[in-house]
Amino acid sequence: MATTKKSPPPADDPALVAAFEARIAAGESIEPKDWMPERYRKQLTRMMAQHAHSEIVGMLPEGNWITRAPSLRRKLSLIAKVQDEAGHGLYIYCGTETLGVERDELVAQLHDGTAKYSSIFNYPTLSWADMGVIGWFVDGAAIVNQTVLAKASYGPYARAMVRICKEENFHKRQGYEICATLAKGTPSQRAMLQDAIDRFWWPSLMMFGPSDKDSPNSAELLKWRVKRKTNDELRQRFVNLTVPQAQAIGVTLPDPDLTYNPETKNWDFGEIDWDEFWQVVGGNGPCNKERLAARNAAHDEGAWVREAALAHAAKQRRGTEAA
Amino acid sequence: MTAKSVGGARVERADEDDDGRDGEAGGVGAGFAKAGDFAVAGPRRAPFGDPLVEFLLRLGDDRLILGHRLSEWCGHGPILEEDIATSNMALDLIGQAAQLLRLAGEVEGKGRDEDALAYFRDAVHFRNCLMVEQPKGDFGYTTMRQFLFDAYSVLLWEALVGASHEGLAAIAAKALKEAKYHLRHSSEWVVRLGDGTEESHARIQRSLDELWRFTGELFERDAVVEGAARAGVAVDLEALRSRWDAIVRDVIDRATLTIPADVVMQSGGRRGRHTEHLGHLLATMQIVARSHPGAKW
Amino acid sequence: MAARAKGAPKRAAATDGAAAEAAWPLWEVFTQGDQGKPFEHAGSLHATDAEHAMQNARDVYARRGEAVNLWVVPSSAIIASAPGDAGPFFDPGNDKAYRHPQFYKVPQGVRVF
Repeated sequence: MATTKKSPPPADDPALVAAFEARIAAGESIEPKDWMPERYRKQLTRMMAQHAHSEIVGMLPEGNWITRAPSLRRKLSLIAKVQDEAGHGLYIYCGTETLGVERDELVAQLHDGTAKYSSIFNYPTLSWADMGVIGWFVDGAAIVNQTVLAKASYGPYARAMVRICKEENFHKRQGYEICATLAKGTPSQRAMLQDAIDRFWWPSLMMFGPSDKDSPNSAELLKWRVKRKTNDELRQRFVNLTVPQAQAIGVTLPDPDLTYNPETKNWDFGEIDWDEFWQVVGGNGPCNKERLAARNAAHDEGAWVREAALAHAAKQRRGTEAA
Repeated sequence: MTAKSVGGARVERADEDDDGRDGEAGGVGAGFAKAGDFAVAGPRRAPFGDPLVEFLLRLGDDRLILGHRLSEWCGHGPILEEDIATSNMALDLIGQAAQLLRLAGEVEGKGRDEDALAYFRDAVHFRNCLMVEQPKGDFGYTTMRQFLFDAYSVLLWEALVGASHEGLAAIAAKALKEAKYHLRHSSEWVVRLGDGTEESHARIQRSLDELWRFTGELFERDAVVEGAARAGVAVDLEALRSRWDAIVRDVIDRATLTIPADVVMQSGGRRGRHTEHLGHLLATMQIVARSHPGAKW
Repeated sequence: MAARAKGAPKRAAATDGAAAEAAWPLWEVFTQGDQGKPFEHAGSLHATDAEHAMQNARDVYARRGEAVNLWVVPSSAIIASAPGDAGPFFDPGNDKAYRHPQFYKVPQGVRVF
């Protein structure tokens, strides 16, 4: 009698894979209960989790300025924006739950440092102008990414993205409005703005991920329409969109190689410091430790609250059953 | 140049007074009238300003400071859903504060808008009650404070919806709906935390014990309340208190908690006599606005 | 505070007898965008009971005035059709042209019908 051995995960049936890929090719949307290759499920979970984590960690650098916002109007819109990020994280976590992965499981991976999130949020916010520049650059970059994701093949992700894109538009406009106001302001406000731009420009370009030649997951994600455009295509699109916006408010971007290329109709830009990128992705950015510590603290300090709600609900149920 | 010895140390004085009189023009008494020229006996308390302005500042400052405290939770809540709910309440309260302070500035007529009032007053000029300025504490403390305040706020807005001051009545009508939702949210949480686990029960009971001393201030009558009533903004604080008691006792009972007995009440916020916490809150809140005088944001 | 090390023991059990921290149950939220309009699925959220699910739905899915009414349903109560049933379930409905008004002709002279 053969000893019972843990069977290896069943290889995907080639016929099913072919049918699945035909559906993708036909532009159909994949729904949670549909058959999908294990790799597709895995890649999607990884990507959605990374996205959700980014929204949640992204609350911290901006939340850092809520208590110091310089006018009540700005305070209101910043709270609303950071709150939206909580909402976006929530929508996407719910999307992963349709793939059979609990939010708690993903959050645990974030907290123990094994999950990735957007490296931009590992940079500190040092002045009020950062609230403008993050809205303008970071949300601008996010919109470039997400507009494409709204056409992704996985239905729940695409639907969450449609909702998120609508909301992010307010974020970008808010950010750009802050920048435009500072640009018209006092000399110290203008200096504050330029300094923030100089700090956030390159990290914003890094948001699109490694260059296509170093992006191991891209080909597969593109084939399955989990992604629709390559990292470099999206990065270029972001630069092309942002340069005229910088010109319009009279600020400079910290790249001496930034020049318009009439042939390609693109703004050519200098080389990204990939060493810095990999350092930050690897956990050694300026604020990686602080961000994770803050998330862990919120989670740990909230444990008694979550437990209390569960305990009360259980008592209520027992009460109803007894009655 | 002469050198004087002060307490054993030698102090260089660059410019001696021309007439050589020490301790007059350059000393402590410089520029002041001589004793006897004025009455040194002052009032025990500074008189109140315009009662309607003061009343509006009380309403506005309560909400600004509490909204600010709530906003400190943004990104740090016990679960995402609650993070969003807390931010919603902060937004409602700061939104109400902006309207109330704008109205206070208009009534005052000195050209101060809501931002001038929020960002360019010092702690002693704030009129919020002491309860709202206390640090946010744990989620139980925040929840219990919110509940005690929400119950008060709902009743206050119900009274003010009928104010003959049109501007305030309009604000009250909108704020009442918001406050009712806040009360529903905070009271449900008080019940869950009180009735939840042993730990949650102990924590929120402790918060109730700590906060109770600030509840008396909410119902104190003074010249401002009476003056505001004459200006068309009447609130019967005694009636309000007994209705508040009923709401609070009901929820506290359902939460299996106990209202502490024999608590000495603290007050002073309505006259600018705050706890030390407010100054630190304002130092944070006002730093950017004050660092760039005349700037627009 | 330091990040919890991977594999570190979870928080001590709640006094109510629950073991390691359990997750809050999942709920589905449906919003009605305007009076008289159908309810549509808006998304999901976590809550421990119906009242909190309703409040969370209000805060998460109706904070921009997207709804005039809400439904919340425990996700476990949703019964979904299986993808494998798609053929037998839905294809037969595709060729019943006589269920649609365009199948029927109206005499030419009748302009408004």
